[in-house]
Amino acid sequence: MRCKTHLIQNTFRNSIQIVNDNTTQSDKPILKVRDLRTSFKTGRGTVTAVDGVSFDLYPGETLGVVGESGCGKTVTNKSIIRLLPNRVTIYDPGSVVDYRGTNLLGLTESQMRAIRGNEIGMIFQEPMTALNPVFTIGWQIEEALQYHTDLNASQRRARAIEMLRLVEMPNPEKRIDEYPHQLSGGMRQRVVIAIALCCEPDILIADEPTTALDVTIQSQILRLMDGLKEKTGTAIILITHDLGVVAQACDRVIVMYAGQIVEMAPVRQLFHNPKHPYTKALLDSMPKPGRSGHQKRLPAIEGTVPSLFDLPDGCRFADRCQHRRDKCEASLPELVTIGEGTQESKARCFYPIGDAQAVGEAS
Amino acid sequence: MSEIANEIVNAELVEEKVLVRVENAVKHFPKRGGLFNRVIAKVHALNDVSFTIKKGQTLGVVGESGCGKSTLGKVVIRLHELTSGKVTFDGVDISTMSNSQLRPIRQRMQMIFQDPNSSLNPRMTVETTIKEVIRLHNVVPESEIDAHVDQLLQKVGLRVDDKTKYPHEFSGGQKQRIGIARALAVNPEFIIADEPVSALDVSIQAQVLNLMMDLKEELGLTLLFVSHDLKVIDHFCDSMLVMYLGNIVEEMPCDDIHANAKHPYTRALLSCNPITDPDQRGELTILEGEVPSPYHPPAGCPFVTRCPLKTTKCETENPPLLDRGNGHRVACWEVE
Repeated sequence: MRCKTHLIQNTFRNSIQIVNDNTTQSDKPILKVRDLRTSFKTGRGTVTAVDGVSFDLYPGETLGVVGESGCGKTVTNKSIIRLLPNRVTIYDPGSVVDYRGTNLLGLTESQMRAIRGNEIGMIFQEPMTALNPVFTIGWQIEEALQYHTDLNASQRRARAIEMLRLVEMPNPEKRIDEYPHQLSGGMRQRVVIAIALCCEPDILIADEPTTALDVTIQSQILRLMDGLKEKTGTAIILITHDLGVVAQACDRVIVMYAGQIVEMAPVRQLFHNPKHPYTKALLDSMPKPGRSGHQKRLPAIEGTVPSLFDLPDGCRFADRCQHRRDKCEASLPELVTIGEGTQESKARCFYPIGDAQAVGEAS
Repeated sequence: MSEIANEIVNAELVEEKVLVRVENAVKHFPKRGGLFNRVIAKVHALNDVSFTIKKGQTLGVVGESGCGKSTLGKVVIRLHELTSGKVTFDGVDISTMSNSQLRPIRQRMQMIFQDPNSSLNPRMTVETTIKEVIRLHNVVPESEIDAHVDQLLQKVGLRVDDKTKYPHEFSGGQKQRIGIARALAVNPEFIIADEPVSALDVSIQAQVLNLMMDLKEELGLTLLFVSHDLKVIDHFCDSMLVMYLGNIVEEMPCDDIHANAKHPYTRALLSCNPITDPDQRGELTILEGEVPSPYHPPAGCPFVTRCPLKTTKCETENPPLLDRGNGHRVACWEVE
């Protein structure tokens, strides 16, 4: 475990500077996930929830992971921090989660504990259940500092107040002694973010951080996370089902479907030039303000996601895809690179949506 | 003389078209505590709310949690009793009716709930669930019940052999379809949909919205559609009410809400709503602060604590909901 005390004892601004100089614009990924395959033992047999997911996370970027419920986006990220129940979870021996040269999947539980919260922070969906109702929020921030740093009690308290100020909590000196039930949903989520960031993690995994919040509060929290990322250089993995949140907050996006990545692209490319029919269908099925002609039917994706117990041999999206051909049902397409530079996307499709078609629609 | 008579007839015709009229609705929820369990505070859930829904119209209600939008839906169908005010359904005042008087009217108004997991009884098959309402209201004779159920299931896009299944055997979208089938079982004219698609994934959300749109046209339904999602309301409804802290702050047709929205809260909601294009990122105006406690709403305008346009007048006087023509009403001192 790297000792981070020296960083924390500096003023926060100085440490920001250090991190920024070293990491922003770096081409070296901080996290490399290779062929991640996570299965669960269930009463009905083994089910593979994440099937061959590979991606890189670069310092200072926000990577969105988007998909419908059950597509494996949460399991992917819980596999990275190994928060899945040991008894029923099987990681494929070939899977690698490379963080700074270490395969996290090979670490022991106590080695892992030194990384969780310290090197990799987490924000969960429901801020009420993520906080312990019987301790003050100050205690809960200090708990992480006590475990991961050498700070003494008064330094920890000062640091906790500093963190609350950083997440724009009004009146932090007073609020630090309050209990979670005394705070609103938005304020609780700020506390959870403060806990996740107090040890200055390199990676922040945010699992639906704004789903339980109102839209005006959601905008505040997304702006806050973006500001903190700028200041600290933390890389963020943002898991969400909401393409609107992706459009607002992410730099690159992974679209998942039935346990696999179906498309990976920079955010503008994904929204303006989607390659996979599923991505395009998802974008089309969003109700958009200002859509001409009210009461128009939404282009819905018919059918439902296939059961993970009974996956088709071919493309997993084939039975709902409008562009399906015989080949799609016969064999599973690979994730292939299309285009180059800023236009580069990866899509798991034999017949990715062509540039000509996309251009035709834009005009 | 005949002109006057004509006007009266016209006025009556217009009057006839209104299906639901809510007048000065006030709803307080008491908070009890202290010695002798007295009322120590009141949640001001609805504060002098008035609006009408015309026959065949779809009215959306949008707002953040705690703004009173679900309470509004529930007082219309009288799942909550009003503290004061009046609800008229098809010309009849239902706010003072007894339960037995209400029953025939309840058949004409039905509700679709947000969470299909908790609104369906897990121990009842689809068939039992739907038949229960049909029998309660004597919609069709016993001999025709099975055919009626089959027809309903087909109408909402479920298979007929699904009727012997239990709710847990269905996906979220299918469960919501069962909820819709149950609401339609008694041939209602008016449906209150309380966040019907909020618990569903985007692709399923579109399916259910399309289904509701088709059924609405086919059956000529009138709808009150409650949602926190401005995009859904804008897409689905003819006009909408924007609520904030128990007050209607704006009512407007959903024709071009981006151009027409006047109230600063509506404008903020529009801008805060997750964008659909990453190129729009810079245009956000983000509201500071949070919704005040409904136990102690501000004295003047409810939005005064977060409003970018506020003046001293706003802190003392609550602006009235003034008609600006074309069915557009705004409650703001600063809007001309």
